[in-house]
Amino acid sequence: MTITEQRTQTYGYSDLPGLMGLMTGDEKHGPAATSTLDVLWVLYDRVLRVGPDSADDPGRDRFLLSKGHGPMAYYAVLAAKGFLPVDRLPGFGSYDSPLGHHPDRTLVPGVEIGSGSLGHGLPIAVGTALGLRAQGRHDPAVWTLIGDAELDEGSNHEAIAFAGPAGLDRLHTVVVDNSSASYARPGGIAARFEAAGWSARTVDGRDHEALYDAFTAPHPGRPHVVVARVEPKNA
Amino acid sequence: MDSMRDRFAPVVTRLLDEDPRVAVVLAEIGADGFAEAKRRHPDRVVNVGIREQLLVGAASGMALAGMRPVAHTFASFLVERPFEQVKLDLGHQDAGAVLVSAAASFDWPAGGYTHMAPGDVALLDTLDGWTVHVPGHPDEAETLLRHAVAAGDDKVYVRLSLQSNATGRSVDGQRFLTVREGHAGVVVAVGPMLDAVLAATEGLDVTVLYATTVRPFDGDALRRAAVAAGTDVVLVEPYLAGTSTAAANDALADVPHRVLGLGVGRAELRRYGQIDEHVAAHGLDARSLRERITRFTTGAVPAGA
Repeated sequence: MTITEQRTQTYGYSDLPGLMGLMTGDEKHGPAATSTLDVLWVLYDRVLRVGPDSADDPGRDRFLLSKGHGPMAYYAVLAAKGFLPVDRLPGFGSYDSPLGHHPDRTLVPGVEIGSGSLGHGLPIAVGTALGLRAQGRHDPAVWTLIGDAELDEGSNHEAIAFAGPAGLDRLHTVVVDNSSASYARPGGIAARFEAAGWSARTVDGRDHEALYDAFTAPHPGRPHVVVARVEPKNA
Repeated sequence: MDSMRDRFAPVVTRLLDEDPRVAVVLAEIGADGFAEAKRRHPDRVVNVGIREQLLVGAASGMALAGMRPVAHTFASFLVERPFEQVKLDLGHQDAGAVLVSAAASFDWPAGGYTHMAPGDVALLDTLDGWTVHVPGHPDEAETLLRHAVAAGDDKVYVRLSLQSNATGRSVDGQRFLTVREGHAGVVVAVGPMLDAVLAATEGLDVTVLYATTVRPFDGDALRRAAVAAGTDVVLVEPYLAGTSTAAANDALADVPHRVLGLGVGRAELRRYGQIDEHVAAHGLDARSLRERITRFTTGAVPAGA
C-alpha cells in the first residue's frame, strides 16, 4: 500500500475509515457511503497527477466528482492527500464548514466542480477537455466520476454521444455501479459508451490492481470509461 | 439592412483571430457562419450538435480550463431549455461565459411558440451577476458583442433580434442614453423598441431614455431623469412585460413613484404570421404605445386614439 507524505502525518488507505468517521461520527460505514472510496483512493494515490501544491497548475490532471452526493469518501481522500486539513473534517455540513453534503469548488481546495445536482460533471468534463485541447495542452487528463443511477440523466448522453466521435482522448469517466438505477440491463452501461465510440473496461470496483489497470489502459484516439462494479446499494 | 445575427459570426470570427482565449460553442444553429473560422481555429469553434445541455456545460468546462467561451443558439434553447446548466454550470461554478441568443421574443412568428422566448431576461433575473445587453441595431450589436467578450470572466447575455431601429446609436455597454427630454414622465425604451417609442411620444412632454444594457439596470440614469421629468415611469421592453419593473421600483425606492411595465404579454397568442402583427398584438406598435403612455402619464385618452 502506498502512503503519502503530509506535513505532520502520513495517511494511507487504512486511515480512510477513520477520516470518514470524523465526519460521520462512526468508523463503520455501509456500502453506499464507501461505494466510491476505492476508486477515489486509486485515482488520487496512483493515477492523477495533481496534489495540494499543483491544485491551480494549468497543466494538472482534473478530477470532477459529478456524483456529489455522499462526499465523505471524497473529502477523506482529499484530506489524506493534504488538499485540506484533517481538522476541518469534523465540521462536515455545519454552517461554518467548507465541507457540505455536496461539494463546492469555491470552498474546498482541489475540488474542481461543485456538484449535487446529477448529470453536470460529464458535460463540464467534456468542455474542460475541449478547453485544454484548444490551448494546446495535450498532456493533462480529465476525469469525472458518475453513479450508475446518475447516468439516467439525459445530459450525460449528450456528452457521451459527442465525446466519442469528437475523439476526446484525454477524457476519462468512471461509472461507479452499485446497481442503484431502477431501470438497467446487464452490461448496459459499458454498451452505451461503446456505441458512442468510447474505450470501455468493466472491473471490480474494490480491486485496486484491477482498477489501476483499467484506469491506465491505453485508449488512443478515444475517450475511456471504466465501469467500477461494487456491492448493490439495496442488497 | 443586414440583421444583428448577420453581424454575429463576422464579429466573433475577428475576436477569435485577435484573442486566443476566445472559443465559440454552437449547437448546430449558426454553424454555417463559422465554417471559415473553424478552418482557421479548429479547436476553438466547437459544434456539439443538437445538445443544449452540453452546449452550456461545455462552455462551463472551457471557462474552467481558462477560455472565454461564446455560446450561441436560439434564446429558447440557450436560456430556457438548459436553464439549470446556466444556473449551476456557470453561476454556481463561478465560471464566466458569453451567451448570445437569436430569435428573441417572436422573430419567427410562423415558427410558433416553441421558438419564442419572451421570458429569457426575466429568467436570468432570478440569477446573480448577469450582464444583459439588448442591442437595438446591428451596429450596436457589434459594439455590445465586443464589450461582452472583453468583459473578463463575467457572465454576459447578448440578445440579438431581427427587430431593429432604423439607425444605431453610440452605446457604451453600461449606461442608458437620454434621447429626448421632457417634464411629464420618463419612458425607458429597451433596444429595438426605441423607434416605436420615439414615434409614440412625438409631441408628448416626456423624457425618453434608451437602454441597451438592462442588467445591471442604470438606476442612476432613471433617478437623474426623474428630477426634471417626474417619477411617472413607463418601461417599454421587447420581452416579457414588467421584466424591469422591480429594477425601476428599486431605483426610485426613496421617492413616491409610479411604474407602468409594457412589453410582450404573458398569454400565448397561438398565432403565426409576421413580426409586425405580433408587435401590434402585444400593443407595442407606436399607436398603441402612444395611447397607453398618454393614459398613464396624463390620465387622458389622446385624440385620434
